[in-house]
Amino acid sequence: MTKKLVVIGAGMASGRALEHLFEAGADYDVTLFNAEPRGNYNRIMLSPVLSGEKNYDDIVTHDAEWYEANGVTCRFGERVAQIDRTAKTVTAENGDVLRYDKLLFGTGSNPFMIPLPGHDLEGVIAYRDLEDTERMMALGPDNRVVVIGGGLLGLEAAAGMAARGVDVTVVHIMGHLMERQLDEAAGYLLRKALVDKGITVKCSANSKEILGVDGHVKALLLDDGTELPCDLLVMAVGIRPNVKLADKAGLAVGKGIHVDDQMITSDPDILAVGECVEHDGAIFGLVAPLYDQAKVVAKTLMGEEGTFVQKELSTKLKVTGCDLFSAGDFADGEGREDIVFRDPARGVYRRLIVENNVVIGAVMYGDTADSNWFFGLIKDKTDISEMRDTLIFGPAYQGGTPLDPLAAVAALPRDAEICGCNGICKGQIEDAIAAGATDLGAIKATTKASASCGTCTGLVEQVLAVTLGDDFVMPAAQSICGCTDMTHEDVRRMIKSQALKSMPAVWQECGWKTSCGCHVCRPALNFYLLADWPLDYQDDPQSRFINERKHANIQKDGTYSVVPRMWGGITTPTELRAIADAADKYMVPTVKVTGGQRIDLLGVKGEDLPAIWKDLNDAGMVSGYAYSKGLRTVKTCVGTDHCRFGTQDSTGLGIKLEKTLHGSWTPHKLKLAVSGCPRNCAEATCKDIGVICVDSGFQVSIGGAAGMDVKETELLVQVPTEEEAIDVIKAVTQLYREHAKYLDRIYKWMAKVGLDWIKERIVDDLDERDALLERFEVSQSIYRHDPWAKHAADKAETYQPLANLSLEAAE
Amino acid sequence: MSNWIDIAAIDDIPQRGARVVKTSEGCVAVFRTGDDEVFALNNACPHKAGPLAEGIVHGKSVTCPLHNWVISLETGEAQGSDEGRVATYPARVENGRILLDRSFLRARVAA
Repeated sequence: MTKKLVVIGAGMASGRALEHLFEAGADYDVTLFNAEPRGNYNRIMLSPVLSGEKNYDDIVTHDAEWYEANGVTCRFGERVAQIDRTAKTVTAENGDVLRYDKLLFGTGSNPFMIPLPGHDLEGVIAYRDLEDTERMMALGPDNRVVVIGGGLLGLEAAAGMAARGVDVTVVHIMGHLMERQLDEAAGYLLRKALVDKGITVKCSANSKEILGVDGHVKALLLDDGTELPCDLLVMAVGIRPNVKLADKAGLAVGKGIHVDDQMITSDPDILAVGECVEHDGAIFGLVAPLYDQAKVVAKTLMGEEGTFVQKELSTKLKVTGCDLFSAGDFADGEGREDIVFRDPARGVYRRLIVENNVVIGAVMYGDTADSNWFFGLIKDKTDISEMRDTLIFGPAYQGGTPLDPLAAVAALPRDAEICGCNGICKGQIEDAIAAGATDLGAIKATTKASASCGTCTGLVEQVLAVTLGDDFVMPAAQSICGCTDMTHEDVRRMIKSQALKSMPAVWQECGWKTSCGCHVCRPALNFYLLADWPLDYQDDPQSRFINERKHANIQKDGTYSVVPRMWGGITTPTELRAIADAADKYMVPTVKVTGGQRIDLLGVKGEDLPAIWKDLNDAGMVSGYAYSKGLRTVKTCVGTDHCRFGTQDSTGLGIKLEKTLHGSWTPHKLKLAVSGCPRNCAEATCKDIGVICVDSGFQVSIGGAAGMDVKETELLVQVPTEEEAIDVIKAVTQLYREHAKYLDRIYKWMAKVGLDWIKERIVDDLDERDALLERFEVSQSIYRHDPWAKHAADKAETYQPLANLSLEAAE
Repeated sequence: MSNWIDIAAIDDIPQRGARVVKTSEGCVAVFRTGDDEVFALNNACPHKAGPLAEGIVHGKSVTCPLHNWVISLETGEAQGSDEGRVATYPARVENGRILLDRSFLRARVAA
């Protein structure tokens, strides 16, 4: 006798299960419910529909004729209201009661909507069905859209709309796109490809509120205050199995509807398939396992033996024209090693994760041609010890040559600027070489490239090497560290000329040989990026030395020293009392007066830092940045206030300088002093920047040192007014920030570029001085603040132990 | 009874960062790498007992903040020409939670 099968949900999985049933000639009378007012279509293909490459008819998998030919009773646009498992009936919304022998859940999943304020406004949609797709297709070049979610679905929605000319911004909460499938480096390349398509991408962005006007969405507000205006807001942050009906019917439900290996739920007559199920703790979103499940469902319904097995999964995707692949495990576990390959010229990135001589994970971007081979190695657990050296190059390159260290420079386009001082591009250098300039001197003479500050020398030499090949002998240059062949100067030029604004961008474009740098290069890169792109780059505390990460100086026993600022060395009885109280309260063992005219509290416990900062903040004091590669102090003498020899208000100038410069990060520490007369009580002539006040104005000199080297400053300029002295000092600080190598004090930088080169920019060229001042102020708009107050308020918890097991272990 | 102690959420430690767990015998440093692996090591460099939890984490290594010794998070061995080893403890992540092995922490007390 023909049995009755009721299917709830016409999705890709249930559709495929029905195909298998009918192909095998199973004797079932099928009724198919679907909440959407249509039958089965290929949901994956909604993206090509959105971008206009396909239309709806192309993606329908089963049409009316097919249903009719197979005797399927279609109840589209109808939901199932209730299930009575004892009577084995389902009740439709209109009250019809249908008997079943077998019931199949294919209820799929629901898009997850973040419950932000305003999420119920008109114009806030998910990306799930044809209706959503049609809403997006109705937009054009006059519209703006925000997409929340930088996963596959969100990016496809963004690219589809961008192809229609819509102004699209993607907001992603994580640090890089598609973080579940891709690592940082591949995420960076994907982001770059999207930006090239005109899409704005904001990572590490927290949505705060959806703003509306007259009940319709108007903008998305981020928690940093940024407002992103939009006509439509698409939320594509993930899916949740739709288990509501199953739960109501009393089936076992966890994240999804629990099924066994035969796809049977906790009720032997009820099966489930697709995104709504949970099997062995896992839920499913990719199509391959869903099709495997559909096969098993059909077998079970026909009384045949079928077992669903979760397989090793790989994701090979084309996201908006970019090839990417990930497989296996690229996280979690001990004993693993990375093999990384980057080809900046082709935008290719490959990373293999190896454990016990077996490849267990792979991430590929750009060129995925060998992905099947690598996936095979993962699945078969092939021993790769024999081919380890050449493994990363793929099957065709076994025994191939390693990556050319000059690849990054070879990859630069002709219009890439090499020499920033003189505005010389790679093409001009190549032309000069073609015209007969075959060494650095000749290039300098004919193009002026590297003839000014000289920081681009390494790059010019590499252009020579790439162009001339063996005819050019490269002088030995010191690379930053073992992670790269490039020098500090090379990398700085690349960051500027190629607009590299993130650490993964630098690693990729400069061909880093490690996955995430080391303790030598990361602090340098962090400084270069924040100095060159203050508004775009997010400071990375994890790439800073502990002192700058915790805003205190680590001591040999793991305690810290705390130094509050004393502007210009001036303090008050109230501040001194607060310092004394703090020293008592936190049992500070040593209180010392520093050489920079302030007070150092030594021996503070790491856990106490936020509390002592709060106490000092409450007394009006802020961080003295005594731990920073940045502005330390401006030492002063008392000047005209009290001294009978003083010529200017040196204390006042010192305070003004410290207030305007504080918080700025520099290649190395920056110490200043202002002396009120040439007797120089503030010892200004051995500081990085010193001011000597004279009757006729202010002598600003730079490049002093009183450490391992002792040097006297050299006069940069004498200016008549205090304002101009401040401007000159800010400008020279900015010039130093933009050009010096990380960990070079001003005197070392000056030895490389020459005082004249600095004078040309600060003293002779007033436009350049103004431009430097402006860039300094832009940077200070981000960095001139008190980190103590911020950490005490927002990050105090991170200074405490993660857990205390003192009692636990003692049991 | 399970031997794994639930310590904290993995997100309580930043990527390429570390936090300490206090025990009666001093601190254990729990590290999180850029790939979200976790490792637990004695929080004392074999050189001069520097607090490794405050070091810069890169790949599967940490650099001691005091004198730049580089320590493998997997083996606890000092890298390069330096010689020494830090005790390591089993650690894993499950459902976004960091778990440490109770029996190893006990062994540490006994040692």
